[in-house]
Amino acid sequence: MVSPDQPGGPGASLQAALAQLASGDMAAIKSAIVAIGELEDPVALTVLEALRERRLRVAATGQVLIASSDGATLREVISGRSASEDLESLGEIAMTNTVRRALRASVARLQIASPDSAVRRRAAAVLAKNGPPAALVEFLRAAHDSESDPATRVNLALALAHHDLSSEDRERRLAAIRSIARAEVRTFKPQLEAMVGRGEGGEYSESDDEIRELALSALSAVERNELAGRIVRDLVYGLSLASVLVLAALGLAITFGLMGVINMAHGEMLMLGAYTTYLVQSEFAGRVPDWYAYYLVAALPAAFGVCFATGAVLERAVIRYLYGRPLETLLATWGLALLLIQSVRSLFGAHNVTVPSPAWLSGGYTLVEGVILPYARVAAIALAALITIFIAALLYRSRLGLHIRAVTENRAMAQAMGIRTARVDTVTFGLGSAVAGLGGVALSQIGNVGPELGQGYIVDSFLVVVVGGVGNLLGTVAAALGLGIVNKLLEPATGAVLGKICVLVVVILFIQRRPKGLFALQGRAGQ
Amino acid sequence: MKQYIWLIIAAELLVGCGQKSDDIESSPTSAKAIGEATRAASADRPIKVGILHSLSGTMAISETSLKDVALMTIEEINARGGVLGRRIEPLVVDPASDWPLFAEKARQLLAEEEVAVVFGCWTSVSRKSVLPVFEELDGLLFYPVQYEGEESSFNVFYTGAAPNQQAIPALEYLMSPAGGAAQRFVLLGTDYVYPRTTNKILRYFLAAKGVPEKNIMEQYTPFGHADYQTIVAQIKKFAVGAPTAVISTINGDSNVPFYKELASQGVKATDIPVMAFSVGEEELRGIDTTPLVGHLAAWNYFMSMDNPANKDFIAKWKEYARVKQLPHADKRVTNDPMEATYIGIHMWAQAAEQAGTTAVSAVRQAVAGQVFRAPSGFDIKMDERNHHLHKPVVIGEIQENGQFQVVSATDAPIRADPWSPYVPASKEKVANWTYPWVCGNCTEPKF
Amino acid sequence: MQSRAKKLLLEMHTPRQWLALAAVAGIVLVAVPVLNLATTPTSALRVSDHLIPLFGKFLCFALVAVAVDLLWGFAGILSLGYTVFFACGGYTMGMYLMRAIGRDGVYRNELPDFMVFLDWHELPWYWRGFDSLGFAIAMALLVPGIIALVFGYFAFRSRIRGVYFSIITQAFTYASMLLFFRNETGFGGNNGLTDFKRIAGLPLHEQSTKVSLYIASGFALLLGYLLCRYVVCSKLGRVLVALRDQELRVMFAGYSPLKFKLFAWTLSAILCGLAGALYVPQVGIINPNELAPSKGIEMAVWVAVGGRGTLAGAAVGAVAVNGAKSWLTAAHPEYWLYVLGSLFIAVTLFLPRGLVGHLAVVSRRITTWRKQCKLPRISIHNRP
Repeated sequence: MVSPDQPGGPGASLQAALAQLASGDMAAIKSAIVAIGELEDPVALTVLEALRERRLRVAATGQVLIASSDGATLREVISGRSASEDLESLGEIAMTNTVRRALRASVARLQIASPDSAVRRRAAAVLAKNGPPAALVEFLRAAHDSESDPATRVNLALALAHHDLSSEDRERRLAAIRSIARAEVRTFKPQLEAMVGRGEGGEYSESDDEIRELALSALSAVERNELAGRIVRDLVYGLSLASVLVLAALGLAITFGLMGVINMAHGEMLMLGAYTTYLVQSEFAGRVPDWYAYYLVAALPAAFGVCFATGAVLERAVIRYLYGRPLETLLATWGLALLLIQSVRSLFGAHNVTVPSPAWLSGGYTLVEGVILPYARVAAIALAALITIFIAALLYRSRLGLHIRAVTENRAMAQAMGIRTARVDTVTFGLGSAVAGLGGVALSQIGNVGPELGQGYIVDSFLVVVVGGVGNLLGTVAAALGLGIVNKLLEPATGAVLGKICVLVVVILFIQRRPKGLFALQGRAGQ
Repeated sequence: MKQYIWLIIAAELLVGCGQKSDDIESSPTSAKAIGEATRAASADRPIKVGILHSLSGTMAISETSLKDVALMTIEEINARGGVLGRRIEPLVVDPASDWPLFAEKARQLLAEEEVAVVFGCWTSVSRKSVLPVFEELDGLLFYPVQYEGEESSFNVFYTGAAPNQQAIPALEYLMSPAGGAAQRFVLLGTDYVYPRTTNKILRYFLAAKGVPEKNIMEQYTPFGHADYQTIVAQIKKFAVGAPTAVISTINGDSNVPFYKELASQGVKATDIPVMAFSVGEEELRGIDTTPLVGHLAAWNYFMSMDNPANKDFIAKWKEYARVKQLPHADKRVTNDPMEATYIGIHMWAQAAEQAGTTAVSAVRQAVAGQVFRAPSGFDIKMDERNHHLHKPVVIGEIQENGQFQVVSATDAPIRADPWSPYVPASKEKVANWTYPWVCGNCTEPKF
Repeated sequence: MQSRAKKLLLEMHTPRQWLALAAVAGIVLVAVPVLNLATTPTSALRVSDHLIPLFGKFLCFALVAVAVDLLWGFAGILSLGYTVFFACGGYTMGMYLMRAIGRDGVYRNELPDFMVFLDWHELPWYWRGFDSLGFAIAMALLVPGIIALVFGYFAFRSRIRGVYFSIITQAFTYASMLLFFRNETGFGGNNGLTDFKRIAGLPLHEQSTKVSLYIASGFALLLGYLLCRYVVCSKLGRVLVALRDQELRVMFAGYSPLKFKLFAWTLSAILCGLAGALYVPQVGIINPNELAPSKGIEMAVWVAVGGRGTLAGAAVGAVAVNGAKSWLTAAHPEYWLYVLGSLFIAVTLFLPRGLVGHLAVVSRRITTWRKQCKLPRISIHNRP
């Protein structure tokens, strides 16, 4: 990009446009942007990009200033002189969708004219997706013909196709369809469908046979692409829903599955985990802003610790008196849930708290056209896998796990062998709560964080554990996967509400067939 | 033989009554209730008003701030001498987001505490639940939230927007060039009566504007729905080929996952703007707003409106939050239902002053036609006839800081149509509580 | 004949207990209505008007609690899905009440308002017949009964027990809630059925109607209680208790658990349906919120607070918990959840037999309560 530090002969038109920008009137701002977009001035792109990133400021004198991306320095647009005004005291240029749309076209125009091929490629991709404004078509056609980079050329052809499909010129239409067929993009599906369809009198709406044939083959290519996309989409979305279910249910698989406590306060452990994330996040924002992006890494052990401690205290204070009366643990944990919800509400307010996702978690990876897997979901899937492995290793590869399993299977015998069952109980319950806390960290990145967060997950969590087979971690994971994918396969056909009802009915019928879940296990809850 | 058993039981019962009826003679509850009722009636006592907002359960998230604003407004009125020289005493109850409990609490406030007026309710179902109680006991309710219309009760004043004061102007904006000249519309909502009704009205409106049926997609999700992956993918598919806008009546907690999903699937406000009717400053407070920037909301008030009345309102609220040490006092914001609560309480106080009494029938007469300089900067009037406020419609775009940039506003307040002219069943209906109509849902005058 | 009847009565309760029961019934069914209707509003003895529907609601909840206790306390099966039967009873009654509005609704149409609004032009088939109160009451008992029979048959046949049964009943109520939330289901969606005007020609806002409904609820509770008491004292009841404590042994002794469980389950469902039908005209609304899983848990909580396996305790628990909730939400709106939450924990920790169950242990005189039926007490120490 051209450095704006070299004053490159700023014309009077730029000055006039900047004055319009500073005027505060929406229509003036819009026309200013269009005017700047048509300037052959290297500063133009810098100004517009600064405006898009909201780094443009207006001084009381009407001067337009550009702030650096970290907000530390300010400089004057035309002269490039650095200014010393206070950033907070300066006016901002109103940003609305109208302005954004105008910006997009103007920036694209300037970018297409850029000597940097990477800039051109990005701009062409945006144009191919959204279609260019009519005023830009001829400019783009010229740009297309002189373009050397193949990827940019394809995208420019697609951008032109937005217009050329309905062109009077037969050759242009043909060329447009060819470029669509080559790229197999579904943006054009409605237009193609219209071309191969018949009008009211039964005649083809596209009279030219060759064009119609070509459109038909392009359409089938697009549809093939789409079908593949749909299958991938449902599976991937199912997997990501399953990971949420695993995160929500794993803790319960321990407290309820292994220990037999009908833990109605499980959802509140998720909530505590999410609130811990919130606290860690605010601490990072306040104390170590440089490390802010990594607050999640710190939130995981913090949530683990907080929830482990809470769980252990609850076990010592309440739960331990209730072993052997599983249905009554329901009552006590329900009471605990009410207390925890109301405490959090008194402390943090009834309102949701903000837990912004760190920058590296926003955005996503495009699997196939139209199917984007957000990084937050990837992280949830990864975290679910990691926690599962951690728990499995702990239970089946460590001494503590051996003790837990021993107490689960036969408490009296375990005690006779010298295991301190009371301590194992406390640790197990704490561990279950801590795992729920980790789930809460992940949930804070997907949904809201409020006092009632846990209530929304409690039914699903119990279902997952029960379907998987109480006392079996593998079963919990398998059930979460099954339920997640079935739900996502059903949803496009039935809609969200009926889909959910269907899943619940399937679960009820499934339990009829296998009253002990997928994998039945002997244990405290085995009977 | 069985009959014989019942005979014995019946006999035992009768004997039981004879023996035990003395027990209840000294029952303390009834005596206490009556004592309080008589005391409340005396003139120099404070005026009791009820505040009926959920402080726990799913609705606490929205309603708690309304309770706080109501208390603030009452404090403000008390500080300048109360109403009719008497202090206002707020009675806060918690209906716990449980609809039958709303009716029970309303009955308790009206019958036992004999409150002069009740400010409360948020959801339509809670209003529907208390409505028969207010009509039976002739109480007065000020309802501060935008709702689906199709109602006008003699006992309720609606200070929130009717559909024509929110939904229809919003749609007109989306169809205008500034709003993106949308041709296709996704009506997306939580599955309950407000979204259903609003979308129904919007469908009739769109049909009247010549938008074909196939350009409208209607989708509903259950309460608390958190997984919008499929729906966003469907919206993207639907939007291919023509400018599309989403009209969102998604309620409460589901908004965050929805917007997050939009952002992560790469849908920008410039491509497919989302116009929300239930997302305000309070809701944005709990959200990372980055993915929402540029999306729209239609209300009758925004905190960002620049005028003296609003500055005053915001300053009072911030001060109140600080003094009362509300959670996150430094970050409190104001929003539309809070403004509506504020207007409602002030209008009631003005009307009571004017009527010279807090008796329901006199105050009700006086509220009609009452004017108040609202924080929106307009002189808001309670319609003389239909118990709804005249309100300006403002459309705002969400900014990074959780505030709204006003992009369109009506020049003057708009009169509410509680009965939508776009719905065949209610087209003919008139809400007019003055003579000779005296009716909330008639097609011809009663007298 | 006579001696058999007498024996049966004495098996159900001691004479002293019969007296106590009669006393309570007298207060609830006679004294309260009389003190409401026959006293002047200023009288010191007055039971004020608004308390009648409130008490009526408590009585309906008490009936639910008795039904829950029949199954949980005596057959050891905890269902978290009684909400479904309660709501079924409520909805059937609500449908009748909607039909009874006639043309007095908002749209002055023969159809219920929400149907007019959804552009429905005729009544769905499942709304037919609900013009008649008798039909609605019959349905309020039949529909829950049939649903319970079918659900229970499959569940008990495949020997779903304990926690598994609790969780699938919870899934059942959750699915029903989602279904009833849908407007297309035809029961008014989220708003449910409301704005009722009259029942059997009597205006619902009249105090006399309210008192009648209250008395009807009282009688329903009394009859429900006696019926359950009769069942648990019969031989069938003993089999149930045996199933609760040692299901395998009972099976080895040649009994098939299916029909015993099915009977108790269906009976309790019918009682819940009856409670729902009486509840709706008194609170004036029925909507899918009644099907929320948390409501199902609350029902179990009432029983546990009052005392599982005592029937009377369950009713006391329901009244106590709901009374406390009603009082606290008005008196201490900010703190009531702390109080209620602590109460639940305290009861499980310190009164594991519940309020009434604990009384029974403390007071020697009342210990005979249980001995009458010769039923073993619920052990609070056994591991299931």
